[in-house]
Amino acid sequence: MNTEDTADLEQAFQIRIDKEEKIEPKDWMPGEYRRNLIRQISQHAHSEVIGMQPEGNWLTRAPTLRRKAVLLAKVQDEGGHGLYLYSSAETLGVSRAEMIEALQSGKAKYASIFNYPTLSWADIGAIGWLVDGAAIVNQISLQRTSYGPYARAMVRICKEESFHQRQGYEIMLSLSRGNQAQREMAQDALNRWWWPSLMMFGPHDADSAHSAKSMRWKIKRETNDDLRQKFVDQSVPQIDVLKLEYPDPELKWNENRGHYDFGELDWDEFYAVIKGDGHCNRERIQHHVKAHEEGEWVRDALKAYDAKKKARHAA
Amino acid sequence: MKLIMSDLRDKDLLLQFTLRLGDDALILGHRLSEWCRNGPFLEEDIALSNIALDYIGRARMHYSYASDLSEGEKSEDDFAFLRECRDYQNFLINELPRGDFAQTMARQLILDVFYTLQLEQMSQSKDATLAAIAGKAIKETKYHLRRSTDWVLRLGDGTEESHNRLQAGFDAIWGYVPEMFEQDEVEEKLVKLGVAVNTKDLKPEWEKQIGAILKEATIDVPQQEWTVRGGRAGFHTEHLGHLLSELQYMQRSYPGLEW
Repeated sequence: MNTEDTADLEQAFQIRIDKEEKIEPKDWMPGEYRRNLIRQISQHAHSEVIGMQPEGNWLTRAPTLRRKAVLLAKVQDEGGHGLYLYSSAETLGVSRAEMIEALQSGKAKYASIFNYPTLSWADIGAIGWLVDGAAIVNQISLQRTSYGPYARAMVRICKEESFHQRQGYEIMLSLSRGNQAQREMAQDALNRWWWPSLMMFGPHDADSAHSAKSMRWKIKRETNDDLRQKFVDQSVPQIDVLKLEYPDPELKWNENRGHYDFGELDWDEFYAVIKGDGHCNRERIQHHVKAHEEGEWVRDALKAYDAKKKARHAA
Repeated sequence: MKLIMSDLRDKDLLLQFTLRLGDDALILGHRLSEWCRNGPFLEEDIALSNIALDYIGRARMHYSYASDLSEGEKSEDDFAFLRECRDYQNFLINELPRGDFAQTMARQLILDVFYTLQLEQMSQSKDATLAAIAGKAIKETKYHLRRSTDWVLRLGDGTEESHNRLQAGFDAIWGYVPEMFEQDEVEEKLVKLGVAVNTKDLKPEWEKQIGAILKEATIDVPQQEWTVRGGRAGFHTEHLGHLLSELQYMQRSYPGLEW
């Protein structure tokens, strides 16, 4: 194809995007749009899967049977989200095996927040409330993303995530109504998870590597900073209900802006954890590799059995 | 049932039996939940978690009935979290570590065939609550059995490695099977009252079904050379204490709180 044809195609593509038409798997799309989406969707899928680890860490220690059942259902849902997202990335011509390989080799990323450890039961509450809460703010906006399969996966995922967020907040509520040890546990979890949750929205717009193009292609619909502000605005009144102290002394309602002001994020920590200095970076990947390698003989058996069955059927 | 159980001693027996069924479900559900994030692929993580959830749900129904039988003296969670190792009366096979995927599937098949037979009869129990719980559980178990049967066939007749691992899985736990078909005085009395199932009678059918599946899977039925028993008497393996130390951690560290 010559450059002129490509330019025409790109122009037609942008017109479709501007008209809010959804791009579907068989449609023509610029190579960079495809790569950008594969990067974002697979990173999202990996985040769901790696996110099963910090919460899974409390499955065998949940304090009541009801909490145990709800947490198990939630972690199972995260696995399900990973599945839809891998499938939607596969529509772009990448295989699940390739994506897993990219995760395990460190080429693909996952949400850096899962490199933080879950130290107490309150962390399970804080993850549901804050981490899933931040994810929802982002995902609601992604329901309007330009790529059809991704947008549709988001609609389904958002419904389940709002249930997850409620269960997390409900854990925080019971802790906040409990005794001093429980309230301290809740406060400590809020203090530790607050900033990493704000970091989930990524760098400031000016420093964000993929933002401008993603916005033009409507892969991303709102900027990192706008989404972060939305999350802060929705979360502060929830902290008030819990009667916990603000994790940031600069959190304050700004009448003029109609938003809460908040302190500057510690970007050194943000980049350090992404680079590998989080408590769990190595464990998360090692765990994934170990389960994957231990399962290899099972996957091989499945293939061998199916092949035998087919051969018998053909005979 | 109310009439029969008006005898206080019978009511104690019923409570004990209900707790046994709750313990079986809790301990197996706990073991299965350990697979979550450790499965051979994502679909299996989800499937095994789902089965774990069915068992946790079953444990809750039994313990909540036990709570009613104790006239609210103890809650569902008191039974699940605040008893000593010797007080749990689950089958030993349920508490064994999960082992590899083959051993987990061997245990599931053994139990799924057993529960299919046992629950079918339990759903006819003269105790309406136990019958209702069994009626719900049998639907789940039928699905579990389809899955464990499929896996045993695939692993048995898959690769040499999967075949050997599955054979080793059955061999490793076979000695824990006999106690599932034995009954102490508690259960014998409840069988007479039409409340419990006489599991002794289930054994020939269980052997027949397991034999047929293992044959198709090219797995040898292990020779019954050893038998370990004691679950119903609270005489456990060393594994249960460690399981309980995790399970009970929160309730023991922070007594008497709401979560």
